[in-house]
Amino acid sequence: MYLSFGRKMIATAILGLSFSVVHAADITGAGASFPYPLYAKWAEVYKQKTGNGLNYQSIGSGGGIKQIQAKTVDFGASDAPMKPEDLAKNGLQQFPTVMGGVVPVYNLPGIAAGQVKLTPTVLADIYLGKIKNWNDPAIAALNKGLALPDLRVNIVRRADGSGTTFIFTNYLSKVSPAWKSSVGEGTAVAWPAGIGGKGNEGVAAYVQRLKGAIGYVEYAYAKKNKLSHVALQNKEGAFVQPSEESFKAAAAYADWKNAPGFYEILTDEPGKASWPIVGATFILVHKKQDKVANAQEVLKFFDWAYGPEGDKLSLDLDYIPMPDEVVAQIKASWKQMTDAAGNPVLK
Amino acid sequence: MVTSVPAAMFVTSRESFMSDPARPARPPLADILFFNLTRGAALLVLVLLTAIIISLVHGSWDSLTHFGASFLLSPSWDPVAQNFGAWRPIQGTLITSFIALLIGVPISFGIALFLTELSPLWLRRPLGIAIELLAGIPSIIYGIWGLFVVAPILMEGKELTWLGITIPPIQPWLTEVTSGIPVIGPLFDGPPFGIGMFTAGLILAIMVIPYIASVMRDVFEVVPPMLKESAYGLGATTWEVVWNVVLPYTKTGVVGGIMLGLGRALGETMAVTFVIGNSYDSIDSLFHAGNSIASILANEFAEASDALHYGALIEMGLILFLITFVVLALSKLLLLRLQKGEGSHS
Repeated sequence: MYLSFGRKMIATAILGLSFSVVHAADITGAGASFPYPLYAKWAEVYKQKTGNGLNYQSIGSGGGIKQIQAKTVDFGASDAPMKPEDLAKNGLQQFPTVMGGVVPVYNLPGIAAGQVKLTPTVLADIYLGKIKNWNDPAIAALNKGLALPDLRVNIVRRADGSGTTFIFTNYLSKVSPAWKSSVGEGTAVAWPAGIGGKGNEGVAAYVQRLKGAIGYVEYAYAKKNKLSHVALQNKEGAFVQPSEESFKAAAAYADWKNAPGFYEILTDEPGKASWPIVGATFILVHKKQDKVANAQEVLKFFDWAYGPEGDKLSLDLDYIPMPDEVVAQIKASWKQMTDAAGNPVLK
Repeated sequence: MVTSVPAAMFVTSRESFMSDPARPARPPLADILFFNLTRGAALLVLVLLTAIIISLVHGSWDSLTHFGASFLLSPSWDPVAQNFGAWRPIQGTLITSFIALLIGVPISFGIALFLTELSPLWLRRPLGIAIELLAGIPSIIYGIWGLFVVAPILMEGKELTWLGITIPPIQPWLTEVTSGIPVIGPLFDGPPFGIGMFTAGLILAIMVIPYIASVMRDVFEVVPPMLKESAYGLGATTWEVVWNVVLPYTKTGVVGGIMLGLGRALGETMAVTFVIGNSYDSIDSLFHAGNSIASILANEFAEASDALHYGALIEMGLILFLITFVVLALSKLLLLRLQKGEGSHS
C-alpha cells in the first residue's frame, strides 16, 4: 500500500516537472477582448502543431497597453491603434492582425434583418438622442413601404470600455460633426442617451429583449444571436448589408503603406460595396527586446497565424484576415526589432 | 518579548504553577509563542487595512489632486473630455442599497419570526437550511437570473400556463397605481425597461435576505425562554412578545444583521452590473437606468488607460471604502445609543 502510494507521488512529481518544462516555451500576451476568441483558437491549434503554447489574457485593450509597458507580457493587444508618437515614446511597435465589422442591430417586431435602412446622419442622430421614435420622419423617409412601428427608440450601447465602442464612435465622429463636437471618440465615451450592456453579449441580450432597441455589436455576435442588422449607407451613398464581402471591400481601401506605425482606422472607407464600420485589431511589442527567445517565439506564432491555416480559422470565426501585401509589409516591419545590443531579432 | 505579555494573562496559571512545585514558575514558551502568533494575526488586519487605504490614495492621487473635493458632487463622467465626477455612482449605490433594505428587512424579519416563533418544529430545519443555501448562490447567477427572468416579468409580465396564473407587467402597473401621488408617483414614472435602479434594488433585496434573516433567526433563538414564557404568562400575544420582549432583547444583533446585509448591498458588483442599466444620466425615476460604484469599476477598469480615468476609478473605490466605513461607524453609534437608552429605562 505504502509503496504504491509512494510511486504515485513520484509519478505525480515527474508529471509536474515535465509540464513545467513544456511551459517554459510558452509565450504570454494580454489585452483586447475583441480578438480573444480568435487568439484562443489560434493558440489551441498552434499548440497541437508545435507544442508551443500561447497564454493570452483578455483583460481589455487598456490593460494590454499597461502590461506591455510594464513588460510583464511578451506582447500586448489593443483594438485602437496607438499613435506613432506614443509608440516612439514607449519604444513599442505595432501591427494589425485581423479586421472585423461592427454592426448596428435592432429589435422591431415584424421587421426582418436588413430591411431597415439608415444613413450615417440618422444613425448619429439616434445615438445623440435626437430621434426618439421609430416612426420619426427622418427614418420613415429612408424606408418608404416599410411599416415602421410607433415604438420608442431604446438605445443600447456598451457599458464597459471597449475596442468595439472605439470603432463605432470613431465612425460616428467621422460622419457627424455634431457627434464629434459633443461626444467624440474613445473606448468609453459620455453617451448622451441609452442604457449600457456589459460586453458584446450584454448588448446583444438587451437588444433581443427590448422591443424598439437599437445597439451595435461585432458582426460575429449579430450572426450568432440572429440579431437583425441595418442596411447602412456608405460613403458612396449605397446601402450595404454587413457581410464578409462588404468588410473585405472596405478593407481593400485601407492605405497601410502610407500609415506610419500601421496607424490606420478603417471606418468610413470609400467604395460602393464597402461596409462603413470596419476596424483592425493590433499587437504591440517592444522594439528593443530583452528576451530574444520569447520575441522570436512571438514572431513565429504570428508568422503562422498570417498563413493559410490561421486565415481559415479567422474566417471561420468571422474575422477578416489581412491582405497578403499588408502581411508582407508587417513581416518587413519585424526586421526593426532588435535585442539589447541592437542585433535584429529575426534571423 | 516576554515583558510585553500582559501580566494579567497568566495570573491564574501562575497560581496553579505555585501550587504545583514540579512545574516552572515561568509561563511555558509555547504559551508565549501562541499569544504572539494570535496577536500577529490580529495585527495583520490593521496592517492590511492601512495598506489598502494607502494604495487607494496613492492610486487615485492624479484624480484627487486634479478634481479636489468637487469630484464628489460632479455629475459628469466623460472619458473623452477627461472630466470625471462621482455623484451619479454614489447616488446609485445609496439608492439601490436603500431599496434593498426597504424590501429585504421586513421580509427577513418575517422569515426569522416565523422560523423561531410560529413554524411547526419539523419545518424549521429544512426552511432554515433553504435560506442559508440562498446565501451560497454566486452573485453572477443572481445577475443572469435578474436580467433574463426578473426583468422581462417586470417589463411585460408573464403567463404561467401550467399554473393558470398570469403575472401582470409589474412596472407599468406600479406606474399606474402610484400616478398622482406626490413624491412617490414620480419615483415610479419612467420607461418600463425591466432594468434600472428598481430592478437592481429588488435583486439586491433577494441577495441580502438570507444574511439578515439568518442573523435575525440566530439572535431570536437565544432569547431566554423564561423571558418569553413570563410574557406569555401575563397574557401577551405572540406579536406583543416579539415586539416588546424579543426585539428589545436582540436589537444589537438585529442591527448587526441589517448592517451585514447593507455592507453586502453596497459592494455587490456583478448582479448589479447586469441589471442596473449602466447609465450616467440623471436619475428622475427608480425605473431609470443608473449605475453604482461597484458596477462602474467592473465595467471600466479594464479599458481605463489614461492616468486620470484610472485615478478617478481608484478614487471611486476609495469612496466606496469610506461609505462602508461611515455606515459601520454609524451603526456602532446607533448601538451605543441603544445601549445607553437601555440603562436609563431600567
